[in-house]
Amino acid sequence: MRREGLLNLVLALLLLALPFAAQMLGEPFYVTLATRMAILALAAVGLNLALGFGGLVSFGHAAFFGIGGYAAGILASHAFNAEPLLGLPGTDQMPVIWLVAALVCALVALPIGAISLRTSGVYFIMITLAFAQMVYYFAVSWPAYGGEDGLSITVRNGFPGLNTANPLSFFLVCYAVLMAALVLMWRIRDSRFGAALQAARQNDTRVAAIGIRPYHIRLAAFVISAVVTGIAGALFADLNRFVSPSMMSWQMSGELIVLIILGGTGRLFGPVAGAILYVLLEFALGGLTERWQFFLGFILLGVVLFARGGIIGVLAGKARHG
Amino acid sequence: MRTILAAGALALALGASGIAFAEPVKVGMITTLSGGGAGLGVDARDGFMLAIKLSGSKDIEVVTEDDAMKPELAVQIADKMIQSDKVDVLTGIIWSNLAMAVVPNAVAQGKFYLSVNAGPSPLAGAKCDKNYFNVAYQNDNFHEAAGNYAQTEGIKKMFILAPNYPAGTDSLNGFKRYYKGELVGEVYTKLGQTDYAAEIAQIRASGADSVFFFLPGGMGIAFMKQYAQSGVGIPVMGPGFSFSQDVLAAIGDAALGAKNTASWSPDLDNPKNKEFVEAFKTEYNRLPSIYAAQAFDTGTLLAAAAAKADVKDADAFRAALAAAEFDSVRGKFKFNTNHHPIQDFYVREVVKNDEGVLTNKIVATSFTDHTDAYAAECKL
Amino acid sequence: MQTALIVEQLLNGLQFGVMLFLMAAGLTLIFGVMGLINLAHGSFYMVGAFACAAVAAATGSFWLGLAASLVAAAAAGALIEVTVIRRLYGRDHLDQVLATFALILILSESVRWLFGDFPLYLNIPPQLGGAVALPGGVQYPVYRLAIIAAGLLVGVALYALIARTRLGMRIRAGESDREMIGALGVDISTLYTIVFALGAALAGLAGAMVGALQSVQVGMGEPVLILAFVVIVIGGIGSIKGAFVGALLVGVTDTLGRILLPQLLAAAIGPAQAAGIGAALASMSIYIVMALILAFRPKGLYSAQG
Repeated sequence: MRREGLLNLVLALLLLALPFAAQMLGEPFYVTLATRMAILALAAVGLNLALGFGGLVSFGHAAFFGIGGYAAGILASHAFNAEPLLGLPGTDQMPVIWLVAALVCALVALPIGAISLRTSGVYFIMITLAFAQMVYYFAVSWPAYGGEDGLSITVRNGFPGLNTANPLSFFLVCYAVLMAALVLMWRIRDSRFGAALQAARQNDTRVAAIGIRPYHIRLAAFVISAVVTGIAGALFADLNRFVSPSMMSWQMSGELIVLIILGGTGRLFGPVAGAILYVLLEFALGGLTERWQFFLGFILLGVVLFARGGIIGVLAGKARHG
Repeated sequence: MRTILAAGALALALGASGIAFAEPVKVGMITTLSGGGAGLGVDARDGFMLAIKLSGSKDIEVVTEDDAMKPELAVQIADKMIQSDKVDVLTGIIWSNLAMAVVPNAVAQGKFYLSVNAGPSPLAGAKCDKNYFNVAYQNDNFHEAAGNYAQTEGIKKMFILAPNYPAGTDSLNGFKRYYKGELVGEVYTKLGQTDYAAEIAQIRASGADSVFFFLPGGMGIAFMKQYAQSGVGIPVMGPGFSFSQDVLAAIGDAALGAKNTASWSPDLDNPKNKEFVEAFKTEYNRLPSIYAAQAFDTGTLLAAAAAKADVKDADAFRAALAAAEFDSVRGKFKFNTNHHPIQDFYVREVVKNDEGVLTNKIVATSFTDHTDAYAAECKL
Repeated sequence: MQTALIVEQLLNGLQFGVMLFLMAAGLTLIFGVMGLINLAHGSFYMVGAFACAAVAAATGSFWLGLAASLVAAAAAGALIEVTVIRRLYGRDHLDQVLATFALILILSESVRWLFGDFPLYLNIPPQLGGAVALPGGVQYPVYRLAIIAAGLLVGVALYALIARTRLGMRIRAGESDREMIGALGVDISTLYTIVFALGAALAGLAGAMVGALQSVQVGMGEPVLILAFVVIVIGGIGSIKGAFVGALLVGVTDTLGRILLPQLLAAAIGPAQAAGIGAALASMSIYIVMALILAFRPKGLYSAQG
């Protein structure tokens, strides 16, 4: 356990150090790369609450990732064109955007979760996919905000007191949100709520027997999980200055799951480790060969077969059970 | 005496190669090299590289990367090429949604972008940019040319069909802009749909005189095969993409006789095109597609501009690009005020060449010196 | 006229459903017997189509290609089962998801490496070209009728295999109690390899038959894979009967939805709006159906596991 705590600290510092080192070495692109790692890690941290702690394998979290992205894109475009949205002005301030993204994601996740949680196992995987596909096709066919072509964000949204156009400042914003989310997850995991959630994963009836309704616990976890992933989506849109339905595709849902498994399912820092490795692999292999997907496949396969428990599992030993 | 001659020769050589001492131009090519869309990207890359090779220029360095048809990945690669590889020019993107993700950011950072294929309408109109040059077409063009052809042929009833996404609606709008006859059917299909039996049944029942369809990539192959098998005899037409060299082999004889519109064809009669088609066949052992031709022109244009101006002098380089003084495989080529082409559009027919390979042959001209519908919105 | 159109569309839905059944049957069998989520199932569909196209191009015979597709997909399935899949049976579903996702990447790029960047040509056999007149004035392509027949035939054969043969008995035993059949002295690893190869062969067959209608290209298996998963979940995982009913339901919903929704909407809100919105709704229709079914029957229509 202490080993895992140390490893988490090392990962957090590593991710923080990367952009500063890059800046000093005159390689500004690595700042962007580190930002991408932080944002994808944040999205996966959100999913990890449902998937890792709650055992709810959602194959539809890309929908929330995309909804968060569209919250940023739509608000920013209304602010930029000075057109009111439902009688309210748009905004280019990140805190407001995150709030809206969080609210919308919660509102969408509530009915989806309420229906999906009636099922379990593979059925849950597929029903969450079904809802995400509905959202995806809606975004593709809805012409108002660009449909399949997506929506550009002309100027990256602002954060009070910071110049977000500066890559390093924007990285720090993302990093701070990631750390806040990790602290939140840590608190949740060790709370009564978290204990009930993890207990429900292992034994449904026992939890019900002590008077806790696992359905409500799971629903709450699913909604919080969607909200965190949605905020990550808003940041991702700002990183790319662009949002499109491909953020909601089932491949993206799959990629988020892959990040978690790669890092170590149910580990607090699993998504962080997974995101760092996956982005690094994609970047390094893509630069080497046009057959990069072939080699990526072999590396992922190697991790599953020979590195059980993901990166954290290999480096920090077996997970505690409790 | 000998030294004087040598010096003279050197001076001549210098004069001929223009700015031999200028810095090399670094080009970042982002294109689709994996998955189902790889054929288009491979053709674009090969066409571009062939142009650089034939230009003889030693001052153009190209880095290529695969975008896997994902907009987010394309953005990341563009950032890397700009920040890490320090490229001056970006090019290569095939798909409109990827172009919309990459181009505004790239030109905002002062880089040049030369489009080898995608031409989404915002980039031709309100969101045009002084550093964005489209060497291919505006997205509506091929469809407009088909609409115009249907109109001038006097076809009375048309059935039109495209996937339900922006390029699909743009396509049918482009067609309708010039076709004024009756539309007996206007159908939007699911993006990525592979079975068209239901739509073909509608076509059969519609009583149309002709069918216009825009279904890029595998969708078009599936549609044409199923259409031919269904025994519905109504003639089809489409934009050149639907019958381009990269898909003709997969469609097979079902494509024979189909009319399609494009700004280029392998049999287009000009010296540069003959040179291109021959060189492409020798180099890659296949016939070039529209994508290869457009990318070849992009490469030639870039080499010509690089020989005239230093890329670090953005204004001079931009002027050199805008002048478009290069030998185009399309014969004549000019840029409009919005940096999109003014060019001719032809009606082609799918035929078999002497070696029994399916290819296209020009049968008519649809537009001469055609521009696009969005240039007026562009404030350049 | 209108009824003829609807009959034709129903046949189209049936044909699409039968094709989905071939995919879903293997998927649900593999899940039922080995408890494995196999995302790479779509890759066998692709392997079958490419094998058929390549052999048909070389020999000129679609039928040899069809045979090759079965052999190639089954061989690829057996090879992958022995080298990779076998190590995943005892694992968490998540490990299986990641491993088979990796297999998709490897298989797609391998196929592109072998067969090049461009789609391949594969046409229907001349014996099955043309259309026949059905009662009610419907002209329907013979090849599509052949697909329907082939799919139904495979369905019956599969049913007979599982209900009547020794192999089928072992498969059923494997579904209900995995430890038990080991204790009975059945060589489990051979059984698993056979079941996996059988599932792959069915997917390969579907790929080859559909390859003649569609485009034989890399990545063709993925959209079908998602639909096949929808089918087995609607039907109830592990149930061949469920897969059959689910496949027909999805096939007919998807086909009729594409046609009827825009027309119904056109009457309500005018044709210009209807085309876009109707197409959007049609894209979502099968997912809506699936969500509705699971909301009321959380284990699908015919769950094999209680």
